[in-house]
Amino acid sequence: MEMVPLTHYLFLSATLFVIGVVGVLVRRNAIVVFMSIEIMLNAVNISLIAFDRYLNLHDGQIFSFMVMCVAAAEVSVGLAIIISLFRNKPTINLDEFNIMKS
Amino acid sequence: MELLIFYPLAGICIVLALGVVINNSPVNSAMSLIGMMLGLAGIFILQQAHFIAILQIIIYAGAIMVLFMFVIMLLNLKGKGEDDSWISRDKDLLLTVLSSLLAAGVLYKIIIIINAGDFNSPALPPDSFGTVREVGTILFTKFILPFEMASILLLVAMIGAVVLAKSKVD
Repeated sequence: MEMVPLTHYLFLSATLFVIGVVGVLVRRNAIVVFMSIEIMLNAVNISLIAFDRYLNLHDGQIFSFMVMCVAAAEVSVGLAIIISLFRNKPTINLDEFNIMKS
Repeated sequence: MELLIFYPLAGICIVLALGVVINNSPVNSAMSLIGMMLGLAGIFILQQAHFIAILQIIIYAGAIMVLFMFVIMLLNLKGKGEDDSWISRDKDLLLTVLSSLLAAGVLYKIIIIINAGDFNSPALPPDSFGTVREVGTILFTKFILPFEMASILLLVAMIGAVVLAKSKVD
């Protein structure tokens, strides 16, 4: 059975990560920016699990488990912030928000 | 065999990730993202990480994306998000081109670094690799402290979400 080389998983991970970066840079919709951050976290998970299998350890899987915990916490707090901002001003276009600018 | 499964899954994942960025409607983006999460779960299974694959489906595709859809529906974003077409914003076109160039450069550099590494001779893991028993044993012995700290993190995030979504910004 032919195994996929480790580099192919790393290429997939890099590609997905860059797509996420472009999403964060290009989009102005706060929810889509959050989804792009999720894409980046998932890309990192692919790398962790590929190295984990390559090195025959389980540490990478535990790390990706922790990444999932952090992603869940980040999404819950981030969406709460978006709801709170939306209450303040009925838009989620990130260009409209400058309340931190005095 | 593994290659035959890997390439279609990877292609689907990349196309759906691009769909998340390109789609105008947040609902379509969320649907693409759910598809991408499921494809990644397939890739995790291919890498013998069965436990993480199941967690990916339950946590990401189940919980997190439901939260996203819930917020999208709750906020009723029609006409309040971006303009109709984000790609034809003349104001930020230069910025878009520059950021795309930056991203392409980063990807090029990463690929060079990956190619420079010496990653042949993969050791074939045993069949029990990545099962719930194996991962759970390590999680509750070697990584017990990070595990407990993750539970505290989730508790703090829950309290923070409740406080933030309740109060008003003024």
